[in-house]
Amino acid sequence: MENVKDLLVLLVASSLVSNVVLSRFLGLCPFLGVSKKTNTAAGMGVAVIFVITLASAVAGLLYKYVLQRFHVEYLETIVFILVIAALVQFVEMFLRKVMPALYKALGVYLPLITTNCAVLGVALTNVQKEYGIAAGIVNGFATALGFTIAIIILAGIREKLEHNDIPKPFQGMPTVLLTAGLMAIAFCGFSGLL
Amino acid sequence: MNRAGERLINGIVKENPTFVLMLGMCPTLAVTTSAMNGLGMGLTTTAVLAMSNLFISLLRRIIPDRVRIPAFIVIIASFVTAVQLLLEGYLPELNKSLGVYIPLIVVNCIILGRAESFAYSNPPIPSLFDGIGMGLGFTASLTCIGAVREILGAGELFGYGLMPDSFVPIRIFGQAPGAFFVLAALAALQNFIKEKRRNAGRSYQKIGSGCSEDCTNCSDMGCARRFYGEKRNGTQDGGRDTGTGGLEYVNLEEEE
Repeated sequence: MENVKDLLVLLVASSLVSNVVLSRFLGLCPFLGVSKKTNTAAGMGVAVIFVITLASAVAGLLYKYVLQRFHVEYLETIVFILVIAALVQFVEMFLRKVMPALYKALGVYLPLITTNCAVLGVALTNVQKEYGIAAGIVNGFATALGFTIAIIILAGIREKLEHNDIPKPFQGMPTVLLTAGLMAIAFCGFSGLL
Repeated sequence: MNRAGERLINGIVKENPTFVLMLGMCPTLAVTTSAMNGLGMGLTTTAVLAMSNLFISLLRRIIPDRVRIPAFIVIIASFVTAVQLLLEGYLPELNKSLGVYIPLIVVNCIILGRAESFAYSNPPIPSLFDGIGMGLGFTASLTCIGAVREILGAGELFGYGLMPDSFVPIRIFGQAPGAFFVLAALAALQNFIKEKRRNAGRSYQKIGSGCSEDCTNCSDMGCARRFYGEKRNGTQDGGRDTGTGGLEYVNLEEEE
């Protein structure tokens, strides 16, 4: 699992073929909630990439060197959720002190990510599929990249849709969900890639 | 005992987490490929919800206010782990088909929401029944959505052929895009009912807090707000002028 070719395949598979939002339904809340403007969507995407990559690295190390070592693998859910919550808080404090510019750009999105099931989902998938640490990090990064691609596309479409004439009951969320459904059909096309 | 019955009805009908409040949409979309999966996921969530509500309620005088959210999460995660191990032991097939969504019950908005808005401020028995009611409401809705998708997508219900031979299954409803379409139809129906109630001058504010209104709800008012909000009962402060949303029902609970 650890050679470069496999990692590249994993990158494509996790970002496009089984896209985190459109085929696995993780992280739907920010996907639907923060996709009104392309700018904010891109900001959210970058924050998600940052947090998920970091979280999958930390969770991978923790699983290998603490949980497996002491044979308490069944504690993974409890440990991961607490570590992720603490990690996001810590990242927020760290960015505020050390990189105020980056904090200004990403700060508002960070608290929203704690409760994002995509972060926990990636950490758990890495364990379930028995990825090594490097593969886990690549999987995390690719998943988050897939999220970013999807949310930016959706935001672009929503900006175009804004002034269209839509039947009243379908205004707002139903249209967004229909758009997401059509995007999911489009993303099904990627399954031919691998 | 009356109180317990009232909580059951409340969870199943009046504040049905999926159809009325629109909470916990991630698992709703992901596992409802068939009625059986929906039923399994719903019952699993019910077990976790009932037990965590009971224990949070029992421990509500011991848990300090400032660290209540981490404490809730630890309690919920413990029950999720227990349920996951039981499923692995006794229902390996269901466990396999639900996969990663079982441990993800931890981050389901409904559970943390009930812990925060009901169990933490109410005695154990009503909390237990609140959990069961909400859980059964969730189960009923997941089974319904699963049934619709299974009938349209495969022409079957719980694995039994239902439709005539001339029926051509619309496969897409069993796959990922179908979930979005079904939910879109549901949200549109909800908007329609809300509009009707508004015109008839009846209350509509409870309907659709999670995903249908303005969807920053989930993050603004739902879970993240509960994590980071400073005041537990301070629901009347800024940013809540729309009068809808997750925290509205927190208020309703506390007025009882």
